[in-house]
Amino acid sequence: MSPSASSDRPIVELNDVAKSFGAVKALDGVDFSVRPGECVGVVGHNGAGKSTLMQVLAGTLAHDRGEVRLNGDVVAASDHSVARAHDAGIRCVFQELSLCPNLTVAENTRLRHGSIRGFGWRRQAARLIATKLDEIFPDHGISAGAVVGDLSIGRRQMVEIAANFSATESEPRLVILDEPTSSLDQQVASQLLAYVKRFVEAGGSVILISHILGDIFGTCDRIAVMRDGLIVEERPADKFDRHSLVASMGHVTDEDTPAPQSQASESQRRGEPIVSARPPRQTDDQRLELHPGEIVGLAGLAGHGQTALLRLIHNAARHRSRYASVNGKIAFVAGDRQADGIFPLWTIGQNVTVRSLSALSRLGLLEKGREREMEDRWRETLKIRTPDMGDNILTLSGGNQQKALFARALASDAEIIAMDDPMRGVDVGTKREVYERIRQEAENGRAFLWYTTEFDELVNCNHVYVFRNGLIAADIERDQLSEQKVLHASFEGEAA
Amino acid sequence: MPRTILDPKILRSLVPALSFAVLLGAIFYVQPRTMSYFGLNLMLNLALPIAFATIAQMFILTVNDLDLSIGSFVSLVACITATWLNEAPLLGVVALLGCIAAYAALGALIHLRNLPSIVVTLGMSFVWSGCAILLLPSPGGSAPDWLSGLVKFRMPFIPFSILASLILGLIVHFALMRSATGAVLRGSGGNPQAVERAGWSLLKTKVTMYALAGFFGVMSGMILVGTTTSADANIALRYTLFSIAGVILGGGEFTGGRVSPIGAILGALTLALVGSLLSFLRISPEWQIGAQGIILIVVLALRSLVNRLEERQA
Repeated sequence: MSPSASSDRPIVELNDVAKSFGAVKALDGVDFSVRPGECVGVVGHNGAGKSTLMQVLAGTLAHDRGEVRLNGDVVAASDHSVARAHDAGIRCVFQELSLCPNLTVAENTRLRHGSIRGFGWRRQAARLIATKLDEIFPDHGISAGAVVGDLSIGRRQMVEIAANFSATESEPRLVILDEPTSSLDQQVASQLLAYVKRFVEAGGSVILISHILGDIFGTCDRIAVMRDGLIVEERPADKFDRHSLVASMGHVTDEDTPAPQSQASESQRRGEPIVSARPPRQTDDQRLELHPGEIVGLAGLAGHGQTALLRLIHNAARHRSRYASVNGKIAFVAGDRQADGIFPLWTIGQNVTVRSLSALSRLGLLEKGREREMEDRWRETLKIRTPDMGDNILTLSGGNQQKALFARALASDAEIIAMDDPMRGVDVGTKREVYERIRQEAENGRAFLWYTTEFDELVNCNHVYVFRNGLIAADIERDQLSEQKVLHASFEGEAA
Repeated sequence: MPRTILDPKILRSLVPALSFAVLLGAIFYVQPRTMSYFGLNLMLNLALPIAFATIAQMFILTVNDLDLSIGSFVSLVACITATWLNEAPLLGVVALLGCIAAYAALGALIHLRNLPSIVVTLGMSFVWSGCAILLLPSPGGSAPDWLSGLVKFRMPFIPFSILASLILGLIVHFALMRSATGAVLRGSGGNPQAVERAGWSLLKTKVTMYALAGFFGVMSGMILVGTTTSADANIALRYTLFSIAGVILGGGEFTGGRVSPIGAILGALTLALVGSLLSFLRISPEWQIGAQGIILIVVLALRSLVNRLEERQA
């Protein structure tokens, strides 16, 4: 075999691969391959089968039917394992992070690399991860001795990515990135994408799953579109445009969401605010204010005090606080689903109704009928994709779990809804449905506090506060909002 | 950022040492005669088996499980040591090795059948107790001479129990907190799925941890008999709660693989000393258990205060 032929041989090749979970066909006969030196984008809406496909590639799930070839060799389903895929050079950055929060960055690196052992393993592991972090994310500011649980979610993601790109005895040849930029701020995300390009130019391969189409277009050579467990479209990236890509995902094909013009933002900014808060470290008298019927955005780079302020406001609704006054009931939509969102042992329905139990009970006892009724109403309203609200919450895909969390907040009697970057890793279609819902609710007088890391979401807000280093750095009216302004406020002062 | 003494992370690891020091200071103040080689030895001798049992419990807590049978297990080991190991050493050794193997098998069972460890170990506690009563229906037996000789060994300058606790703490610290394998073992408490995805066997880690717990449980029982020279089927029942409290006092958590071997040993010693202090204060035995509980609550409240400080800084 000539060297060019062997170097062109796919690293991984799937022929007619299928995988079912009970009655749900997650993959229904997929043909897919990745060659050395290419970056393949995979897009599709929630539950299209992207994550299942990646898990089969990474060896964490065995396929039911079809053929998996690693470097040309057929691997039997029973034989396909993480170790096999790892030997073939396949690494996977999972959407739900796979770091141990109780270990340090260096110890987590050691977990990935069995060959780091013996005397001085800490130093070896620390050097390995620090070199890679420096290479991908210059100025990352992460110490190898830091315990992962103490790092912000964005920094954990950076460690996770660097650990997967680092090499010991076996080189990474194909790195799967599943929504890698969802918890990174824009600057770090662009560092990552630039590194992906360098890695691919050097002959490595990357599979990029992202809901940010700009990332896909800017990075990938080839794009595969998934829908209902199948790859429905696969073309070189330059044969797609935004419009045709969204169209093939099977959702409404209008261009970028037109900014909702109808509401008069100014007229509502009168009277007493129902929330008035100030970050604890704020020295001037800048305050965050929220009036009924308003959607207020909290913007800025990830992890600059937005979540902390949302929590402070949430707590202030029940206890007196020096920093915030809240006149109304508040519900919280968590962004970190696994950590503070879902009740993993409960059903979907229970996860939806938990915020409203007192409203659903009489004389201290729950009324089953009304509970059912609420569950079914919200399944309809938010189109939660499940045959039965009595199923466990974990049977839902990530985006649908998030819908259940929205339903929990919206179904409650809260006048104020605080959202902590709730759209992380959620597909375009779901997002539009939820935006629409939020606007309707706001017209009916509910008030929203919405922390988001995506600029596109800020256009839904009447008012935007930009955070930097735990402080409110700018206060932007809706009609003056521009990406330039938000960025300016997020970065200003960094140079000084 | 400069690390000051008020850094919650450091403060957190200092709490077990501080509570131990305060307690020891209080004892020295109330009863100055304990501030001697003999006094310390007498007070801490009974603490040593508790320290071993606490380490055993800590291994189980590291993998997010809880062992409710360690007290009856230590009692059974004590009975085996005081009878078979003394009369028929070979049979005794085989029986003790069998106990460790049984613990390892329990770990495998809990992992493979995905059973709650609390239920399994609660059930096993009755099995261990039953075996102990069968073996030694009434208190008695006697310790093998070499064992009581070892435990009563009079070191120059430092009492044996202090040195043994120190060595125990250092060995376990290096094995669990500093070694490459230890990182994997603790990782399987922090995020089992991640450890599995990285290609490690969770079955192996769980079996390892349970086997280690069994080993330290056996050590605890043997040392206990070495100190008391005879055994009884109920001799160590209170170790179950002592060991759990010791790990938590020492800065460990019930879930998430966050443990500290040195802290756990300090926690065990603290708990053992509380009893001495209360006796010196002439608090009658019927009030002692309650007083012990109150001291425990105070120390744990201190811990959660530190935790809150930590959260505020984050």
